[in-house]
Amino acid sequence: MPKYLLSVYGPTERNQFGDYPDKESMLQAFADTGAFNDKLVAEGYFVFADGLEQATTATVVDGQGDEPVYTDGPYLEAKEHLGGFWVIEAPDLDVALRLAAEGSKACRGKVEVRPFHTEQSIKAMLDA
Amino acid sequence: MSVAEAITRVHREEWARVVAALARRFGDLDTAEDAAAEAFATAVERWPRDGVPPNPGAWLTTTATRKAIDRLRRESSRDAKQREARMLADDGPAEPPGVIDDDRLRLVFTCCHPALAPDARIALTLRMVGGLTVPEIARAFLVQEATMGQRITRAKAKIRAAHIPYRVPTADDLPARLDGVLTVLFLVFNEGYLATGAGTDPVRADLTGEAIRLTRLVRELVDDDRVGRGEVTGLLALMLLTEARRPARVSATGELVTLDEQDRGAWDRDLIDEGHRLVRERLAAVAAGGPSPGRYQLLAAINAVHTDARDVRDTDWAQVVALYDRLVRLDPSPVVALNRAVAVAELDGPEVALALVDRLPLDGYHAFHATRAELLRRLGRGREAREAYDRAIDLAGNTGEVAYLTRRRGQLGGAGAG
Repeated sequence: MPKYLLSVYGPTERNQFGDYPDKESMLQAFADTGAFNDKLVAEGYFVFADGLEQATTATVVDGQGDEPVYTDGPYLEAKEHLGGFWVIEAPDLDVALRLAAEGSKACRGKVEVRPFHTEQSIKAMLDA
Repeated sequence: MSVAEAITRVHREEWARVVAALARRFGDLDTAEDAAAEAFATAVERWPRDGVPPNPGAWLTTTATRKAIDRLRRESSRDAKQREARMLADDGPAEPPGVIDDDRLRLVFTCCHPALAPDARIALTLRMVGGLTVPEIARAFLVQEATMGQRITRAKAKIRAAHIPYRVPTADDLPARLDGVLTVLFLVFNEGYLATGAGTDPVRADLTGEAIRLTRLVRELVDDDRVGRGEVTGLLALMLLTEARRPARVSATGELVTLDEQDRGAWDRDLIDEGHRLVRERLAAVAAGGPSPGRYQLLAAINAVHTDARDVRDTDWAQVVALYDRLVRLDPSPVVALNRAVAVAELDGPEVALALVDRLPLDGYHAFHATRAELLRRLGRGREAREAYDRAIDLAGNTGEVAYLTRRRGQLGGAGAG
């Protein structure tokens, strides 16, 4: 079954309540997202999901040279960065979009839906 | 009918069916499109010699299927084996009862999928369902052939990679998705009826004709009132009643002619009769307790009132405004409010209408300035009218409209300055 990455973006630096206006809304969003995750598991869509520490904690590594080079901060310079994601299995995009809409409501953010490679698409690439 | 004419006709009538049947069987739009094109090329080569087969559609589908299988075999034996296995398995989920099951409709919904960019939906629909070639579509939308080719290729690649399903949406999603399809068809029609671009004819009959043909097709396929047949019928009626006025829409000098100045004798009576028949059908369905009319049915009803009047002075403006009032409740957008104000001007005078228009946040819209110009002219406020015409001319993209507005501005003369 096709797999999709459902990503949520947020500001580079977050306030003390994640990206939420206050503690109460943060707890509510966590609870709703938890319930959504449970539903994904129960209905057989769930592969993986988690939230990330803020982007300023990232390190970029370039190991292509003789010695690896380390750079503090995220790979892309941007105002917003990946803040968390789901990996789901769904029969087609319609199902993935429907689930993404539910996830978006639960976590209070826009969700980007992106398909993973499949065995078939890799094969097509190899045969090209 | 000559063989060439027969091929053209069969192309119009059967293209979507052939592509749709192959897309379902092979699960891939590229394969379907290429094989259909090859089958039609074979017909062009063979039919003049062998004669037109008794069932051209079946002949084309069989030929295209054979071409597709040949092509897949050629591509790579390993890959082909896998695909052949896929071909034999009907892996589509069983359709729940009550939802329309037709290959062409699947194709329409796939091409108009909301995950595709609006431009891509239009292009893909015209290519896959309408059978227009990439150069034809590129010309229609004034973009380079390569750009249009890339747009279509990218959309097909997304359909494949993201697994956009090839099926009619479930009953729950159908009304919203059908609405997306109708939007695409309406955009194609509007681009034909008010074509943009300096070197373009003001009206493009190829596009209006294609939009009508595809809307007829969708209407044929959606035969259930609960899933939006009313709006499909409304859209078809709207298109027919608008298309009926096309012969009177452009003057001999290439100027757009507004509704009040059109030679109503030049209107196409057959299209008007058909449009009126469809509007009456909807009125009866609503009266019998069917779903209340949506925007296309209301727009069709407004156009039915216009086309009912043999002379512009016979127009039932109160009825037009009442219909716009209902439309505003459904769609409170400023563009609808602007069109309503045009009707209000006829009922309550230009001053009342201008007060409504001046409140609208439509500064970047040519029709807003053209409407203001007209109202200001009627109020004798020549200087302001001239400024409004200037803005409208700057913003208008249609050659016929620019010519019309320029003439109107010229008629202001010195009279009523201030």
